[in-house]
Amino acid sequence: MTLLVPVGVPVLGALVHLLFGRRRATTWAGAASAGAVLATAIALAVRVSRSGPVTAPAGLLRADALSAFMLLVIGAVGLIATAATPAYFRAEIAAGRATTRTAARHGVLVQLFLATMALAVLAANLGVVWVAVEATTIVTAFLVGQRRTRASVEAAWKYVVICSAGIALALLGTIVLNFAAAHTPGTAGLDLVTLSAQAHGLDPGVTRIAIVLLVLGFGTKAGLAPLHAWLPDAHSQAPAPVSALMSGVLLSVALYAVLRVKVISDAALGTGFARTLLTVMALASLALAASLLIGQRDYKRMLAYSSIEHLGLVAFGAAIGSPLALTAALLHVLGHGLAKAVLFLGAGRVLQLTGTSRIDGVRGLLSRHPALATTFGAGVLALAGLPPFSLFASELGLVRAGFGAGLGLATSAALLLVLVIAAALINGTSRMLLGPPSTEDVSGTAAASPVPIALACGLLACAVLGVAAGGLPALLDLAAQPLVVTR
Amino acid sequence: MHVQLLDLACGALLLTAVLVLWRRELAVIIRVFALQGAALAVLVGVLAAHEGSAELWAVAAGVLVLRAGVLPHLLRRALAGAGESRRETRPLVNVSASLLAAAALTLLAYAVSRPLVELAPSAATQAVPVGVTVVLIGFFVLVTRRRALSQLVGFLLMDNGITAVGFLTTTTGAGLVVELGVSLDVLLAVLVMQVLTTRMRETFGDTDLDELRELRD
Repeated sequence: MTLLVPVGVPVLGALVHLLFGRRRATTWAGAASAGAVLATAIALAVRVSRSGPVTAPAGLLRADALSAFMLLVIGAVGLIATAATPAYFRAEIAAGRATTRTAARHGVLVQLFLATMALAVLAANLGVVWVAVEATTIVTAFLVGQRRTRASVEAAWKYVVICSAGIALALLGTIVLNFAAAHTPGTAGLDLVTLSAQAHGLDPGVTRIAIVLLVLGFGTKAGLAPLHAWLPDAHSQAPAPVSALMSGVLLSVALYAVLRVKVISDAALGTGFARTLLTVMALASLALAASLLIGQRDYKRMLAYSSIEHLGLVAFGAAIGSPLALTAALLHVLGHGLAKAVLFLGAGRVLQLTGTSRIDGVRGLLSRHPALATTFGAGVLALAGLPPFSLFASELGLVRAGFGAGLGLATSAALLLVLVIAAALINGTSRMLLGPPSTEDVSGTAAASPVPIALACGLLACAVLGVAAGGLPALLDLAAQPLVVTR
Repeated sequence: MHVQLLDLACGALLLTAVLVLWRRELAVIIRVFALQGAALAVLVGVLAAHEGSAELWAVAAGVLVLRAGVLPHLLRRALAGAGESRRETRPLVNVSASLLAAAALTLLAYAVSRPLVELAPSAATQAVPVGVTVVLIGFFVLVTRRRALSQLVGFLLMDNGITAVGFLTTTTGAGLVVELGVSLDVLLAVLVMQVLTTRMRETFGDTDLDELRELRD
């Protein structure tokens, strides 16, 4: 029954928004439902680490430590984003850019978005994972195009076309894998556990085709090169809470699918095949992010390219494939999710205050809105991988694992690109935060704007994770276990 | 008999995909697309007759309704609102080059899907490369056409190809569930794209994607 809660509660939340619209009573319904997902995730994590994987009666849902951990990420980032949503819409409605109806529809779609992501990480069958990931595309398309400006409609179109095409490749991969499984004794269908256990018997030629298609397809949704073109547009045009969710969790949910596929690949084809594929995609993503971040003029796009970078790093961790690398990659998913959600929400606030998303248009944020600027600055330092934030720990772990696994050259290249990106990020941000305040501030009020508590909590969680991770290491180790294939 | 009919259906599938590349009139492209949907339904029907499965017959009927009826209807409705922009005026790759590309893609598809055929040689799996070719041609249309509607057709071609591969490789069982899930998804994706096309027309006045130049680095 526990497994139904993370999917069911957001669906109920969507119904509440649908029936009652945006009222005083429903304002916090979204945050409450995300909180429920987080609470279930924690309960599930405790249960799974004590007594092993949980399966729902029908066998359609299954939670092992990895699913529980991903659910934790969904709950945590979802809570931050939904908790900041009421304040965001209050400002949007005051500025006349949204109505209570848009806000209500936003609530419905965001709740469905949470439900589909929870389904994707809990599904026991690769086919259901695919359906859930595709459903996230359909739900979020309207969220990206919510503002109905030229730019946002263009972004939504690109997003739907590229992601649908990418995910169609994943469907072809699923079908081909199903074909391979049907001709292997002991396996039938796409149940992830049986498939991974029996993978060594799969026909290598057919499996190779399936793996390439699946990794490319889910990689599209995770924003990895070469099919990443939708990401900067969609993330920069979506409303702030949606950008936070998409960047913070949706990308890693897609990457979770890649991780599951990689287990099958490692058992069927040896570790070399997926490692080469993922290393190439990861380094290409990092190189692309670095080249477009240098001289980036739009701060929301800057954050979007940084997402490509971090997902590239997680993919690199998956490519290395040692227990240390996988643990670090998973910690990176959580740390990046928290920091990026905070930053996108902060960027949304900056956009509301200044009316421009150009870095040049924002000057001296620190003297005008010290609290907001401090949060934003600290978030960027977290993204750049500085201590005490957890991204420092996970990047250190990735580098150590990379050299340990004999991938010295690729790891050095990745490290170099990460440093270049960190410099570009800090340079862009310092231009926004420092200096004398710009004269044309559309908000007109010099009063410092309060920072929603949610943002501060998110950053705090990220920092605490980096210093003392509590019971998390045990869960991370456990979550990485099914992913390690020794062959 | 079964094999000839199967090959005929696959031939029609391939021919219609190439026709989409050849013609530029959007109304004609939609008609060809409907024809392809019918060919796909015939393909599933032949498999159903071969296996004597009532379930597959039901799926064939579903495919016919969705891919030769509902989806072309949705496309036509999107086109009706489009006003003068009824032609794919300037594709990125011209028609003769596109046709050459289609030939190259067919070769590629046959080369790539060799392991699939070798794993379980049968009349059905021999036809898998055709499905893969349609997927590749669909992807080609998607990247080289500029009208929103042509891109939509490209996406649907890909999907037809994938469905064909699905039916040619799944022996029995899961067919109905898979097709149901996939069809629902395609329908939703197309509805989303149709809404977006309408919104694009409201904001841009046209759905030529050349107009989409606001977002780039």
